[in-house]
Amino acid sequence: MKQLFVFIRKEFFHVFRDRRTLLIMFGLPVVQIVLFGFALTSEVKNITLTVIDNSRDVNTQQLIRKIKSSSYFVVNESSIDYNDIEDAFKKGKAKCALIFPAGFGNDLQHGGTAQLQIIADGSDPNTAKTVVNYITAITTAYQQEISPAQQLPYTIIPETRMLYNEEGNGSLNFIPGVMALVLMIVCTALTSVSVVREKELGTMEILLVSPFKPLMVLVAKAIPYLILSLANFILILVLAVFVLDVGIKGSILLLFMESMLFIITCLSFGLMISNTTNSQQTALLLSMMGMMIPTMIFTGFMFPIENMPLVFRIISDIIPSRWYFLIIKSVMLKGLGFEYVWKETLVLLGMTVALLFIALKNFKTRLS
Amino acid sequence: MSAVTLDHITKTYDEGKVLAVDDITLQVEEGELFGLIGPDGAGKTSLFRVLTTLLLPDKGSATVRGYDCVKDYKEIRKRIGYMPGKFSLYQDLTVKENLDFFATLFGSTIEGNYELIKDIYEQIKPFNDRRAGKLSGGMKQKLALCCALIHKPEVLFLDEPTTGVDVVSRKEFWEMLKRLKQQGITIIVSTPYMDEAMLCERIALIQNGKIMSVDTPANIMAAFPVKLYAMKADNIYKLLTALRGMPEIDSSFAFGEYIHITLKDDNIEALRQKVEQQGHTHVDIKLIHPGIEDSFIRLMNQA
Repeated sequence: MKQLFVFIRKEFFHVFRDRRTLLIMFGLPVVQIVLFGFALTSEVKNITLTVIDNSRDVNTQQLIRKIKSSSYFVVNESSIDYNDIEDAFKKGKAKCALIFPAGFGNDLQHGGTAQLQIIADGSDPNTAKTVVNYITAITTAYQQEISPAQQLPYTIIPETRMLYNEEGNGSLNFIPGVMALVLMIVCTALTSVSVVREKELGTMEILLVSPFKPLMVLVAKAIPYLILSLANFILILVLAVFVLDVGIKGSILLLFMESMLFIITCLSFGLMISNTTNSQQTALLLSMMGMMIPTMIFTGFMFPIENMPLVFRIISDIIPSRWYFLIIKSVMLKGLGFEYVWKETLVLLGMTVALLFIALKNFKTRLS
Repeated sequence: MSAVTLDHITKTYDEGKVLAVDDITLQVEEGELFGLIGPDGAGKTSLFRVLTTLLLPDKGSATVRGYDCVKDYKEIRKRIGYMPGKFSLYQDLTVKENLDFFATLFGSTIEGNYELIKDIYEQIKPFNDRRAGKLSGGMKQKLALCCALIHKPEVLFLDEPTTGVDVVSRKEFWEMLKRLKQQGITIIVSTPYMDEAMLCERIALIQNGKIMSVDTPANIMAAFPVKLYAMKADNIYKLLTALRGMPEIDSSFAFGEYIHITLKDDNIEALRQKVEQQGHTHVDIKLIHPGIEDSFIRLMNQA
């Protein structure tokens, strides 16, 4: 027992004395969170909108004010000529243009119908569609505001709700994804490297030629990384809650337990890699290639799995992070309890046991 | 009971393509300081790894303190100390931390066997808080030896402990080994240096995975079958080339300022005349006692 304790302490020395390891361990989650939270967001915000108001009446002013007060647009009212619009698009000064014809208010109030033109930059079709939708929605709302008494014979009013994420906060989807990604990289890569480093340095020879049980080497290697990964998990949660405004709806304890299970899955995978490789570079490459890319692609937080061909859907089923992602989404965002995620948990548990078994079985008590 | 026995041990790599240890049979007695002498690639490390239970032999059996190297590897691991050829301690841990770690790993403490390592440890103690990676070569070896000794092993395996260490540290190191031997520890040490062979009680000369001779250094030297002469002249290089072309010369090797030669017919005066006739000046020839290196080279050429 004392041997194990001393061994674990030694592992902590290794981690805390190596800046690179520390950087990967705690720098990576912060960078990932910030990157996904602010840079790689799919939300459309701060669109540069050029307004050409040829009417300048009460109605146009009210409508422009409404658009300005939504957080989506940066409105540029400098009165440029209609012919300069394309130039502004080309120079990237505008993503969208809104043109009110002369006599807009007059037409609206007396004729009952007025027209306005929306021009969007179609080179980015997703953004363009979203922008057009935003303006249409604002216009419709304004229209209802100024003629509340208007009664159409038949009206269908769609009441839409974005369940679990009313504000459409994009962070909600990727936080579980980033958690899966970071835990996977930190656990798998660092664990495999730490075992292989002993082989490379030759210290494994001395460890083997000692009464310390070879399997305990693996346990002693896994425990520090389990603790550090849990610390990492808490760090990600704190960043998610306080920096990205992601609320945790479900039980934190359940979240913690599920994450621990996933960490053990990753550790087992790391140990498995370390059994079969002899150089740190190979181990790192294997755990990065073997884990990072499949995690990015097949977890479902970047590309929807439902849209993939059957073969890829089957592949995604054997990626542990996919199941973890499902569990975390359910617990963290939907606030569901264990009774809703036990199936996914069971799959993950099965994978963990299998990986751990392979890792322990293949551990060599001798060289080569 | 012998401390270590090897019985027809054969070890190959790459599915039998590379023969590292070739049918070696050998005994090392209790409390002996035994040397395994041979050039790089002779098979010394492979032999050590079989004995330290790190590698499985292809054929044959080996025991350490009566325990089988394959079956009873756990028992052996409790009883031996091993210092691999490459410096194998944690470079990012300090001297004290390394020693502490290995002591605990072997279920011992620094204080428990302090007497054993005292002489060696006192020398590196001033650097207790220095990281092992920042120590000089000699100090690294001393620390590694301390770590291998800290649990009072019954048999100590040292694989080329002095390679890459300066002359003074090497001398000190061997002094330490002698003191350890007095404590009753069986020591098996490998080295490519012939001068260190003289410091062992018995040595095995190993070449291409085969043992060429096992005996005390004195006996091995005494077993030199012919007379050995040392010869020199003003132009030593010209002399050596000339000697190599002569049919009556059995062997000739440059040894420092002399050339060591053996003759087929032992007519040294005839040789002297022949050489002087060829124009070599200041020719000096004397009969010498063969050193361990002479024996080794002779054995090597016969093999």
